[in-house]
Amino acid sequence: MNEVTVFIMGKGYRVPAGLTIMKAMEYAGYRLARGCGCRGGYCGACATVYRLPGDYKLYADLACQTTVRDGMYIAQLPFTPAERPTYALENLTPDGKTLLALFPELARCVACNTCTKACPQKLEVMDAVQAALRGDIRQVAELTFDCVSCGLCTMRCPAEISHHHVWQLARRLNGAYLTPRAEHVKTRVEEIAAGKFREELDKLVTMTKDELVAAYKARQIEA
Amino acid sequence: MGTYPKEMQESIERVEATRPARLSTKPARLTLEEQEALLRGFHPDYRAEGKRRLKVGASWGEPVPHELADLLEAYPLLEPGALDVSKPDHDVDVLVIGGGGAGTVAALWAHASGVPAERILIATKLRHGDSNSIMAQGGIQAADKPHDSPAVHYLDVLGGGHFTNDPTLVRALVEDAPEIIRWHEDLGVMYDKSPDGTMSTIHGGGTSRKRMHSAKDYTGLEILRVLRDEARSQGIPVLEFSPAVELLTDGERQVVGAVLWNLETSEYTVVRAKATVLATGGWGRLHIQGFPTTNHYGATADGLVLAYRAGAKIRDLDAVQYHPTGAAYPDQLVGLLITEKVRGMDAQPLNRRGELFVHPLEPRDVESAAFIRECAPPEKGGRGLGVVTPTGMVGVWLDTPMVDMIHGKGTFQRALSSIHRMYVRFDIDPTREPILVYPTLHYQNGGVVIDEHGWTGIAGLYAAGEVEGGVHGKNRLMGNSLLDYNVFGRRAGIAAASWAKRAAPGSPTLSHVERYVGELESAGVPPTRKAPLLLPEYRGERALARMVDLL
Repeated sequence: MNEVTVFIMGKGYRVPAGLTIMKAMEYAGYRLARGCGCRGGYCGACATVYRLPGDYKLYADLACQTTVRDGMYIAQLPFTPAERPTYALENLTPDGKTLLALFPELARCVACNTCTKACPQKLEVMDAVQAALRGDIRQVAELTFDCVSCGLCTMRCPAEISHHHVWQLARRLNGAYLTPRAEHVKTRVEEIAAGKFREELDKLVTMTKDELVAAYKARQIEA
Repeated sequence: MGTYPKEMQESIERVEATRPARLSTKPARLTLEEQEALLRGFHPDYRAEGKRRLKVGASWGEPVPHELADLLEAYPLLEPGALDVSKPDHDVDVLVIGGGGAGTVAALWAHASGVPAERILIATKLRHGDSNSIMAQGGIQAADKPHDSPAVHYLDVLGGGHFTNDPTLVRALVEDAPEIIRWHEDLGVMYDKSPDGTMSTIHGGGTSRKRMHSAKDYTGLEILRVLRDEARSQGIPVLEFSPAVELLTDGERQVVGAVLWNLETSEYTVVRAKATVLATGGWGRLHIQGFPTTNHYGATADGLVLAYRAGAKIRDLDAVQYHPTGAAYPDQLVGLLITEKVRGMDAQPLNRRGELFVHPLEPRDVESAAFIRECAPPEKGGRGLGVVTPTGMVGVWLDTPMVDMIHGKGTFQRALSSIHRMYVRFDIDPTREPILVYPTLHYQNGGVVIDEHGWTGIAGLYAAGEVEGGVHGKNRLMGNSLLDYNVFGRRAGIAAASWAKRAAPGSPTLSHVERYVGELESAGVPPTRKAPLLLPEYRGERALARMVDLL
């Protein structure tokens, strides 16, 4: 078996090549609780930092999506302490000052771009910070849509910004206030409340299996 | 690119050769009779040796997979007599077990129904939000377009479930759906829309109307993080890394809370509650019949174990959902979900010769059976036309470059950004090369029996989301699980709040567990098996063999 050596929090283990960092830790005998969630790159629980031999850089990535390399030094971040201010969406307005008022530390950004380099999703994190400073909520929402809230940018940020909380608020403001509502959804909700489909559904729930099969076969399929 | 090994590369050339003709091909859907034959021949559920009938409990005689039977026919982790449950550490109106989609929605609606935030508690095994809900990619169904209707949605759900669903639950599902979407809009979910606000909707497997709403291919993540943020705004308390290991009852078969166990310090916590909502999700991490899974780390069927000991009935747990398109290459991605939206956007499944062998959007069980037939060797009745990887995995192609060819350059990266990102990490560009897929364990079709209010039939106990059964019958359609957890999370939250106002619970006990242990002993169940599982075992064999418990 082709093996590599990885250093988990400084201690060396031989593990099969080709494993993800997460599976390598398990192979070595770790039973994960912290640092492991969906195992598919969506939940952001497995934020991990690592170094490679002979390289000064501190890399950041998700343990479930990153393959081990020989000589890798690995440490997982079990938790990212981050301040989330208290707010109620219905009391906020989607104007240029909202984000900065709730997250004044945004103004401490020194445009060092460390956040962008730390992002496992390869998002333009610093551009989003700058958009937040300009009060461009829509752009923040779009730039950060693929954020998994792993907290790696927050842990690396010299301005101590709690990025994922800013992004979350920006996306909600964008969805609730800056995007037109779907009129057809509103109409359908009203139709249901008025009982438009009640009779048809009353009939359907009492149908025999044969009647249902016939109705199912007769459905028109939208092209 | 060209990172595929040579043998796979040769097959890709066949895929490319047949592509021009396929771009204009619209294959026919199978008839109900053809579907039935395919399922009988190749769906893993139809292998009788995969399951057995339960020897104990309220659903005695029900067939379930061995992997689940081993947990239902198992002894408690905590010796019932070994702990004092009479003095609760928390005393609340509504306890929600599970911090995924269903649990978060239930807590929000219990609060909206008048229960103060501090009288609610969400207890969850991992972090708030770590769940299958957050991993859902493709979308959520709701019949809210003019040419669609809840009645048509109803028929699609019933047909997908092979007419085994509970009609009352399906009605609740389809009738509440548009209201759920409206609620999400209020909360700020960023659905994919046209500039005028019209929802962008596409087909899912087995739908007769384009009613799949999405938020790129991060639909589950987008909905869940908004719900979680709203729960934080409302100040609803959450206990993380605290799975429930047992329900509490008051001796009168009324559920009055649960015992939690701190995963980090190993101490137990007693929560007394007037109403308890079970929202523990599904069973993917049981790896039924050895399949890989799309599910999150905590999907170990704990809720089924707890509810069954308290006397709840279960249904349709003989039906396992294998998602047709789990990643089959590279090894690091094996089992991970490739959303049905890829096929909804016209990518076709192909065999080794580049031939289209099934309609891309049959219901999931039928589509999976077709993939298995294509790959199975002729001596097992299959066609032997799968693509074999260097490590011996087998799969069929999903012709992803078709998405941009049909919908325009850049569509794939925009609409399917998570899938794109996942493959580019491993040097495969899905807009230029097809990807290899094979069915993967995805969903628990059945579960705890409930009524349309999420009530389990046991006083004080409600269930919502993947842990409950009946909504989808024996097979769920795409886009109905996100809908299910919202509809029944909401209904269970409202019903739990209502019950909490009039409940008169007695003192917490584990008497139902003692009774259940008696049943296990009478049935001759070996005392070695313990449940709930809490976490799957993935540690290396060598490390496990040398492990000793000293401290």
